Amino acid sequence: MAGDDWRPTAAFAQLRERARILAGIRAFFVARGLLEVETPYLSAAGTTDPQIESFATEYTGPGAARGCRLFLHTSPEFPMKRLVAAGSGPIFQLARVFRNGEAGRRHNPEFTLLEWYRPGFDLDALMEEVAALVQAMLGERPVRKVSYQEAFVQSLGIEPHRATAAELRSAAAAAGLGEVPGLEGRDDWLSLLLTHVIEPGFPADTLTFLYDYPASQAALARVRLGDPPLAERFELYVGSVELANGFHELADAAEQERRFAAEREARRRDGQVDVSTDERLLAALAAGLPDCCGVALGIDRLVMLALGVDSIDQVLAFPFERA
Amino acid sequence: MASYSTNEFKRGLKVMLDGDPAAIVENEFVKPGKGQAFNRVKIRNLKTGRVIERTFKSGDSIEAADVVDTEMQYLYNDGEQWHFMHPESFEQVGADESAVRDSKQWLKEQDMCTVTLWNGAPIAVLPPNHVTLTVTETDPGIRGDTATGGTKPAILETGAVVQVPLFIEIGDVLKVDTRNGEYISRAKE
Repeated sequence: MAGDDWRPTAAFAQLRERARILAGIRAFFVARGLLEVETPYLSAAGTTDPQIESFATEYTGPGAARGCRLFLHTSPEFPMKRLVAAGSGPIFQLARVFRNGEAGRRHNPEFTLLEWYRPGFDLDALMEEVAALVQAMLGERPVRKVSYQEAFVQSLGIEPHRATAAELRSAAAAAGLGEVPGLEGRDDWLSLLLTHVIEPGFPADTLTFLYDYPASQAALARVRLGDPPLAERFELYVGSVELANGFHELADAAEQERRFAAEREARRRDGQVDVSTDERLLAALAAGLPDCCGVALGIDRLVMLALGVDSIDQVLAFPFERA
Repeated sequence: MASYSTNEFKRGLKVMLDGDPAAIVENEFVKPGKGQAFNRVKIRNLKTGRVIERTFKSGDSIEAADVVDTEMQYLYNDGEQWHFMHPESFEQVGADESAVRDSKQWLKEQDMCTVTLWNGAPIAVLPPNHVTLTVTETDPGIRGDTATGGTKPAILETGAVVQVPLFIEIGDVLKVDTRNGEYISRAKE
């Protein structure tokens, strides 16, 4: 490789397809009346999600003579919600985002995320719009919706909202997955079964919307009370590739603050870097976030699907090994 | 004890798995947007040769295996063990049946082999790609028949059985490919 690693890993035909998709996305949203926005990549607050690691850097200069820590955003979610709370109406953004520790066939530590927010939409309306966008880019494909519970019952015969960690562990063993050292929590076992058994079984080329997640995996979605309580969240898969994640956005500032605190506590317990809570998001929620749904969609994977390639390096000019 | 984190996983890395030395064949990073990250690996048990799949939580570590491939000269078989010698240090090791299971039929004294050592003990032996062996048993040769393309079995000095052309006779010296067990040619001598 020495001597040759200045070259791009994506062919120019692939970069042209990438450009075509980016232009197509802008045209799609402009036609639907959404405003394209840009929000800061650097911010004093970051995500507190224990499963997502931020890059941190430092700014020194006017306004911060002694330096201050800044996080590269892992998604533009918080400032976009602040725009919606301030009355922007429907907005979209194509942003480079940064996640430490993520590299592989479908991951690069920096990647392009499309995110959009729809005041007044419910999750069904948003799923319809996501399907329309993806089909506009990839061509017509069958669409199906499966609840999180149905997916687990159909493929493993197990009830995901009530099964104990021990039952999930035996379901994994029955599915041929050996012991996974150190895997303990229910949610971790659910993630294992979802990624290793259920997702690979999704029909090829079909858009599968998985919805009604466990309340423990609500992230920034509202939880619908009931037995069991369910998170108003969906994920879109094309074939078995996870492509998008959508929420009926949590608008309750007090509940959001509790979730941030619980996540920071979990980070502290595991010895992870502490990340400051985004007080400006909390203030925006307190001021009033219109009832809205929002979704984030991975552009690199969308281009991979459009081209039928299976490595993210093939759609990036320079993946991080050559950055 | 040395160990490797999942971030160091790559093809060929030697690790301990269930008490046996193993080599990673394939490593895939699997992570849902929200949720636990995993490394899903295909891994070969170096004692049995079997490839299995395993999943680790990303960020975990597993024990390294002290495994090295060494070029050594085959000396002799004493009925129980196959003995090899390092050509420079003259250090000798004895390999059990399990280590030479697939290669013993090709082992000829003084040939150089690749011996896989785990904590200094041989666990696998790879013969040279090409070996030169004498025919000890075969049906009488059909003199001059180099055209019909027919074959017959021949037993070689190490016990290996290979399909050879009809003109081959007992005492002929043959060049054989150990990777597929096929006859290549008569050796010049």
